[in-house]
Amino acid sequence: MTMTALQPEVHHAVKDGLQLEVTDVTRQTESIVSITFADPSGAPLPSYVPGSHLVVQCGTGANAYSLTGSGTAPSEYTISVLQVADGAGGSLAMHRLAAGDLVYVSRPRSAFAPAATARHFLLVAAGIGITPVLSHARACAEWGIAADLIYVHRPGAGAHVTEAKELLGSAVTECSDRVSFQKTLAEKLTTQPLGTHLYVCGPVAFMDAVLDQAREHGWPSARLHSEAFGAAELDAGEPFTVNLARSGVKLNVPAGVSLLETLEQAGKAIPNMCRKGICGECSLSVLRGKPQHRDLYLSDQEKAENTTMMCCVSRSLDEELELDL
Amino acid sequence: MNTTIINDQNTGDTAVLPERIKGFPFPFSSDSYRYSANVEPAHKIVQTDVGSWGSSLIDVDEYYLSDLKEREKVLEKDPSRTAVLPHMRPAVWDAITTLLPAMAEDHPDTMSYHREGNVCRWTNTLQNLELEFTVGDDDSLPMGPMRFLGSQITDDIVFLDPREDTLWLDAGLVTFAADWSFGFDVGMKFMEVHTPVPRVTTEPVINRAHQFLLRLQPGEQFRRTNWTMTVDRRLDTSTESYPEWARDRGTIANDPDLPNRLHLRVEVQHMLCLPHTGAVLFLVRTYLLPLSDIAQVPVWRERAGHVLAELPDDMAEYKGIIRYRKAASDWLLAGE
Repeated sequence: MTMTALQPEVHHAVKDGLQLEVTDVTRQTESIVSITFADPSGAPLPSYVPGSHLVVQCGTGANAYSLTGSGTAPSEYTISVLQVADGAGGSLAMHRLAAGDLVYVSRPRSAFAPAATARHFLLVAAGIGITPVLSHARACAEWGIAADLIYVHRPGAGAHVTEAKELLGSAVTECSDRVSFQKTLAEKLTTQPLGTHLYVCGPVAFMDAVLDQAREHGWPSARLHSEAFGAAELDAGEPFTVNLARSGVKLNVPAGVSLLETLEQAGKAIPNMCRKGICGECSLSVLRGKPQHRDLYLSDQEKAENTTMMCCVSRSLDEELELDL
Repeated sequence: MNTTIINDQNTGDTAVLPERIKGFPFPFSSDSYRYSANVEPAHKIVQTDVGSWGSSLIDVDEYYLSDLKEREKVLEKDPSRTAVLPHMRPAVWDAITTLLPAMAEDHPDTMSYHREGNVCRWTNTLQNLELEFTVGDDDSLPMGPMRFLGSQITDDIVFLDPREDTLWLDAGLVTFAADWSFGFDVGMKFMEVHTPVPRVTTEPVINRAHQFLLRLQPGEQFRRTNWTMTVDRRLDTSTESYPEWARDRGTIANDPDLPNRLHLRVEVQHMLCLPHTGAVLFLVRTYLLPLSDIAQVPVWRERAGHVLAELPDDMAEYKGIIRYRKAASDWLLAGE
């Protein structure tokens, strides 16, 4: 067992998240491993919406991975990671994790939720795209909702095939070549019961092709869902500088830290309530520079005037902003 | 605690004020009121001039048992106050398994919750209640999941299902509505529900709230307050019971007992994104405090008086207070 010290720098994407211990690493295929995390004290973990992802910090980077469980009152989180030889290196570091290692992870985030009104699911996955769809399949089994799964993978390289078949039985169709996939997809798209929702996850080109074909067969877009990591969260943003005109102070706002947090750390008391860009309390007057507006509070016209900004979420398009503070 | 000692309002001695005043979520921070997205994180303690409120998600106070009894009466008379569209069953279970542990954590002396797999044990000594149920098995709770949840918390309960880029009011249990009808709104979209709000098209508040709720992430919990006024300590001022309470609004202005009968009605509204279904849970806890109690806090007396006097007519009309707000503000501003 190797004990790796927690990385001293917490990545912004896992801030306010959890510190978990690797409890199991299982090889799924030649290039895919499943990694299981649990709370070191054995405490239950937050439930999650099927199809959710977890951001895991590994080294200095952080990557999002789909959770493969149903999300019901979990005591552990399991993800599966594909080793990408020419990737940014995140997957290599993940593949080096071993039982006992401690990592920072975000709270589960939902961006591929099952529609509550769906009466049937058509799940379509390619390669590592099986992971969020497996989560959906588990939730379907728990609530007694039927689902079909089309799973495209290279011969012998399918991960989680046994589990998928245990959950869905003969409703799983494996395809390992383009021709058989096209045939299966066309057949499934035209034989689904009323009220079916389609969920697809895989490479972008694959998802686009599946969605295009579904639309051609007359599927309404409200019934089509594809995985898009991080759609619901604001990115860290670029670092910038603020010049506080009245105080004569300059502050650096690093990526991943909000202007409001920076001002608070510098001892400035800024009225604020929601810290999510909706309530309008933390409004600041901008004297110079173009804010990058990311709030829900200001109208389009007010945003265009660039004289006011909500410092809890908004940042700067220019390198420096001058504020009336 | 339920003390009724009236303190000398000039001494400002808050030690003898009753809990209902010390824990009251007085909603006005200035002498005028307009709609705003006054949203803040749940659990944040708010200090008022005489006390504080807001530490718990589910408040259990001196009215807990009597309010629940009142709810039972309303439901018995009118079952249309609750509905669960079939696809919302998992969301109701999600709310139960989210709120009960939160209550146990906030009130460990009277409540406890244990979950093992899908089997849960819930103890609520305030109700002499001890039961075991299975998540997902509707028959494992005596009155079914929705009615059971409504028997444990005094908040009105509304579930919003996020789909097709909007929120659908698809389940709930609402017995203490402030002049609206849950039964009428079931199945509607968020913006349809809010159509009667004045200035809804000119002020961006409602649309902003809609966007905010749509972007909530599972596990996030926020809250806001809203307010109106009610004659007598009447919780059920729904559209359904309109014939019982509407007439009072026309007579209260000339009633010598106005300070004791007229109540400031404050709603503490919690907005949660449920962790397992992603449904938005909207909880409304209603607090009623008579003007005679408000007047025990000189700052509140004056501020409430100014707010009522200044409130634009369209807003006073929508809140249903236009016929007596002047009488109320006159009494409050008459001072000592």
